[in-house]
Amino acid sequence: MDTSLFLVQLLNGVQYGLLLFLIASGLTLVFGVMGILNLAHGSMYMIGAYLAYYFTTLTDSFLLAFIISGSIALVIGIIIERFLIIHLYKRDHLDQVLLTVGLIFIFNATQSFVWGNDPLGIEVPELLSGSIRLTDIVEYPVYRLFISLLCLLVAATMYFTINKTRLGMMIRAGESDRAMVENLGVDISKLFTIVFAIGVFLASLAGIVSVPIVSLVPGMGEHVLISCFVVVVIGGLGSIKGAFVAALIVGIADTYASVLLPQISSMSIYLLMALILLVKPQGLFKN
Amino acid sequence: MNNKKKIFLSVLPATVAATIISMSTGSMAADSDPIKVGVMLPFSGVYAGLGESTRNGLKQAIKEQGNNIAGRPVEFIEMDTEAKPARAPEITSSLVDNQQADFVIGPVHSGVAMGMIKSIKGKDSIMIIPNAGANAATGAFCQPNVFRTSFSSWQTAFPMGKEAYDMGYKKIVTMSWNYGFGKESLEAFNESFTKAGGEVIKEMLVPFPKTEFQSYLTEIASINPDAVFVFFAGGGAVKFVKDYDAMGLKGKIPLLGSGFLTEGTTTAQGPAAEEVITTLHYADALDIPKNKHFRQDYETLYGKPADLFAVQGYDAGQLIAQAVTATQGNTSDKAALIEQMEQLEIDSPRGAFHFSKSHNPIQTIYLRKVVDGQNTVVKVAHENLEDPARGCRL
Repeated sequence: MDTSLFLVQLLNGVQYGLLLFLIASGLTLVFGVMGILNLAHGSMYMIGAYLAYYFTTLTDSFLLAFIISGSIALVIGIIIERFLIIHLYKRDHLDQVLLTVGLIFIFNATQSFVWGNDPLGIEVPELLSGSIRLTDIVEYPVYRLFISLLCLLVAATMYFTINKTRLGMMIRAGESDRAMVENLGVDISKLFTIVFAIGVFLASLAGIVSVPIVSLVPGMGEHVLISCFVVVVIGGLGSIKGAFVAALIVGIADTYASVLLPQISSMSIYLLMALILLVKPQGLFKN
Repeated sequence: MNNKKKIFLSVLPATVAATIISMSTGSMAADSDPIKVGVMLPFSGVYAGLGESTRNGLKQAIKEQGNNIAGRPVEFIEMDTEAKPARAPEITSSLVDNQQADFVIGPVHSGVAMGMIKSIKGKDSIMIIPNAGANAATGAFCQPNVFRTSFSSWQTAFPMGKEAYDMGYKKIVTMSWNYGFGKESLEAFNESFTKAGGEVIKEMLVPFPKTEFQSYLTEIASINPDAVFVFFAGGGAVKFVKDYDAMGLKGKIPLLGSGFLTEGTTTAQGPAAEEVITTLHYADALDIPKNKHFRQDYETLYGKPADLFAVQGYDAGQLIAQAVTATQGNTSDKAALIEQMEQLEIDSPRGAFHFSKSHNPIQTIYLRKVVDGQNTVVKVAHENLEDPARGCRL
């Protein structure tokens, strides 16, 4: 592999990693602050994608679809937290599994009922279509670069919000000592609603931006959920910074493994996870 | 002497009784007892769309008979396989042993097919596979009571090898998911492409069901072969074709595939699918009267266009109808039924076909090109192609 090709593959890896981060960030945020393991996280990715598909075909504008779908996702997040998740805070993880797996079935059935089982897709928006020439032989789709930029923007926003704002302060406090936060007079239930809605929004956002480059199929949420868990576990459950680093590691490792070690590429990221957990059983960034 | 007489005397009543019973069940069967047809298809999960089309086609064929074959109504017993191989033995034996189904139609997924074949082996039911293409189903694992109305993986890819060479491509990269259907397709392509004089310079296997193709496409761009041959299906096919286009490869390196690359996926693929060339035993736009009638009726019945899977289900239904008609409604003598099925010619929307010794269709494979979102027939790639049925001793 010559240098330019090596660098293009690195770009592939980083780009895949950033998308993984976008999907996984909501999962780890919700777990970190609320202690809720939302197995229906992948379903939110799926719902975001299908909503974006629906509104794009309806309005003929991807941007409009983006805004509407994102807003609906926030509302869905608030509803689920207010009416369902709220009953789980004092219960153990098994009950969380029961509820959130139940949600997977409900969302899958809804998807199948509303949109059917055939693969669906939309075109890349005009403005972002086309590709950029990287080397003599390799071109790169503009839309993928756009997704990477968006993911970086989300990562930067999360970093800023968590470290520099009042909401972020409460989130950090909630992560380390929930009871103390409550005793200090912070409305923890409101905080939880906001955080859960953001988590759902982030998953949907990943689904929405993926629509032009993926195919929408039943069960698409479950596929991403697995990669998501690998990222979250490697990064350390609940750590946003960990998820970011882990997503990049997984993205790059997966890319190079598929080119250099095709025989073991299907297990490469799990091997990586096993190795990292051997050294750091709590993940890379667990406090 | 005495002993022989004893045996004769004891055997005689048993023989008479057996004759009477077989006569009576024979006449009972020809009576109005329903013909039991077990249906094992995925009605949920990723393959649910395929299961639905297959069932629609099957029921259309039975409806054309007025839901009545040789004076007997047809009873469907439907089971959801969820496309999970682990569920296959349990469901199959419940249909075969408990329900005593005359026929079992299924499945879509090759892994499920293998489980079903093991469970139905030597049983008094006839299995008709309306999709699963694993070569072994009518190859090393072939059974007297297992028929297939679809294809073998080998059939769908073998003719493309020679076609690709004739189009002037000498060096080709092949690519598919790393699983049975994909690997069998690549092997079949390789077999005829190499024989014609071409060379497969690289084979890429992507872990199933991964759809992150960027790194592979980058490599294809750097190798810069004459053409690329791939096997992908369903959602993966949609993503691959779009990614291939987005990487700017489409204009430079022609994309060839097994027909599943553009089957039921062109709407979602959009302009990226234009000009993609594939081989398959069917094309929506196939210009024969039977196909037009079939598609018209299907659309009237179900309110949407028919697809390949509907055709294969329809032919499974036609096979049952013709075979049971030929035995005048008798389904209790499975050997006689099988003998009829082996001789039948099925007037399929894909063109007429009959069965090989291993019970796989001997059928024509078409070279197809996507034009305006539809698979159009360029020409016949291979007329009456018979699967080699490697390892089958029927």
